Amino acid sequence: MARSRLTPTLMARTVLAWAVALLLFFPLAFLFLTAFKTELQAIAVPPELIFSPTLESFREVHTRSDYLLFAKNSVITSVVSTLLGLLIAVPAAYSMAFFRGPRTKDILMWMLSTKMMPAVGALVPVYVLAQYSGLLDTKLALIILFMLSNLPIMVWMLYSHFKDIPPEILEAARMDGANLWQEFRRVLLPLGMGGMASTGLLCLVLSWNEAFWSLNLSSAKAGTLATLIASYSSPEGLFWAKLSAASLLAIAPIVVFGWFSQKQLVQGLTFGAVK
Amino acid sequence: MNRLLPRLLLAPAVTTLFLWMIVPLGMSIYFSLIRFNLLQPDQHGFAGLENFEYFVTDPSFSVAVLNTLLLLGSVILITVLLGVLIALLIDEPFPGRGIVRVLLISPFFVMPTVNALLWKHMMMNPIYGVLAQVWQFFGAQPVDWLTEHPLFSVIVMVSWQWLPFATLIFVTSLQSMNREQLEAARMDGANYLQQLRYLYLPHLARSVAVVVMIELIFLLSVFAEIFTTTGGGPGDASTNVAFLIFKQALLNFDAGVASAGALFAVVLANIAAAFLIRLVGKNLDK
Repeated sequence: MARSRLTPTLMARTVLAWAVALLLFFPLAFLFLTAFKTELQAIAVPPELIFSPTLESFREVHTRSDYLLFAKNSVITSVVSTLLGLLIAVPAAYSMAFFRGPRTKDILMWMLSTKMMPAVGALVPVYVLAQYSGLLDTKLALIILFMLSNLPIMVWMLYSHFKDIPPEILEAARMDGANLWQEFRRVLLPLGMGGMASTGLLCLVLSWNEAFWSLNLSSAKAGTLATLIASYSSPEGLFWAKLSAASLLAIAPIVVFGWFSQKQLVQGLTFGAVK
Repeated sequence: MNRLLPRLLLAPAVTTLFLWMIVPLGMSIYFSLIRFNLLQPDQHGFAGLENFEYFVTDPSFSVAVLNTLLLLGSVILITVLLGVLIALLIDEPFPGRGIVRVLLISPFFVMPTVNALLWKHMMMNPIYGVLAQVWQFFGAQPVDWLTEHPLFSVIVMVSWQWLPFATLIFVTSLQSMNREQLEAARMDGANYLQQLRYLYLPHLARSVAVVVMIELIFLLSVFAEIFTTTGGGPGDASTNVAFLIFKQALLNFDAGVASAGALFAVVLANIAAAFLIRLVGKNLDK
C-alpha cells in the first residue's frame, strides 16, 4: 500500500484515533503504573507520573495471599475445560458441517439457546448438586461448569469454520480408503486448525475471566484468580498499590495472550457471519 | 459411510447440553414448589405457588427487572454507537494503527472482578479517584458515583469491557467492504454523510446483529461487576435479576424462592432468545 500523504484530514483522524485509544486504555495504564508504586505514592494528588518503581506490592501480595495457588487453579481449570470442550465440540461440529441433516439447523439453534439461559438460573440446582456430591470448592466442579457454559459457543464457532472447508476434500480421502481417524488426522486437523485454534483461544479467555461460578462455588481451595481479586473488594481496596499489583498479576497473562491472538479471536467470535 | 456415525459423533454434545438444560430446570421446578431453606434442610413441605408469589410481589422484583433491561439496553446502545464511530475512525490506515488496535482491544481481556475494582477504587472513588480529581481540576464538586449513580456506574464498567469487542467486530466487517464501489461513490462526489448512509451503515447491519446477539447472551447475567462493587445497592438501585436470585439463594438461603426466580429468569431469557434467533438466524443464512 502506498504511504498516504499527511493531509490535514489524516492528521485529524490520527490524533483523534490515538486520543480515543489512550482514553479507553487509560484505566489499565493507571493500574499498571500504580502496581509499581508505594501506597503513599499511589494516592498522591496529583498522581505522580515519574517515580522510582518498586516491587514491594508484588512481594506483599505474594506473601499475604497464596498467589501461585490461585494462578495454578486458573491455569488448570481454563486449560482442562477448554480441552474437554474441544473433545466434545469438534466431533459434533464435524458431524453437523459434513453430514447435514434436515434438523441440523434446529439442533444448532437449540444449542445456542441453552447459552441464553442465564447461569444464575442454574445456581441453586448446581449448588445443591455440588454440595451433595462433595464437589463444592473443587477444580473438577469449575472445569465441568466452564466447559458446559462454553460448549454451545464452541460448537457454533467450529461449525462455522468447518463449513468453509470443501466437503469434496474429505470425500476424496474417504474414497481412498481413509478411516475416520485418518480423515481427522490428515485432512480435518490441518484444514480446520485455524478454526480450532481460535475457538480454543476464546474459550481459554472466557474461562480464565469467568467469575460467576468461581465466585459462587469456590473459595480457598479451588478459587481462581477472579476469586482472589474479589477478596480485595474492601477495605483492602483502599490500598491501591497492592490491589493493582494483585490485579496486574491476574490479568497480565491473558491480556498479553489476547494481544497476540486478537485477530483470530474476533474473527472466530463473529460465527463466520462477518468476513 | 454408515449413517450411524454422524449421530454417534453428535451424541456427546447433544447429551451433555440436554442434561445441562433439563437437570437444573427440573430441579428448579421441583424446588420452586416446595419450602426449601438451606438453613432448615429438613422442612420440605409442599408450598404450591407461594415461592412465586413471594418472589414476584417482592418490591425488589420489579426494580430488578427494570434494572436488567436498562443495563442491557444501555450497554448495547453505547457499545454499538461508539463502536461504529470508532471503527469508522480507524478503518483507513494512519500512523500507529496497529498499536491503536491493541490498545483498544485490551479492556476486553480484563476479568470482570478486576474491571469492577479498578473502576470502584481508582476511577470512581469520591476522594482519591481519578474522576474526582478531574472534576476538581475543573472546579466541580466530585461525585460519589457508586452511591449516587450506582446503576450508571455499573453500565460504565460493563460498557468499557464490551466496547472493544463491538469495535473490533465492526472493524473486521468494514475491511470486507467493496472498495471499488466506495471509490466510485467518491468520484461521483458523494459526501461523507452520503457514503455513510448508503454504503457504510448498510454494510455494517449484519455485524450489528452479531454484536447484539453475543452481548445479549453475556449481559443478561451480569453478576461479578455488581457483586464486587455495589452489592446490588444502595437498596436495590443496582440489583438486576441475576443478582436478586443470588441474594435469595446464598444470602437469604431461601432456595425455594430463588428457584422460582430462576424459572422467571429462564422465561425472560427465552423470550429474548426466541426474538433474537429469528433475527440472527435469518442474517446468518445469507
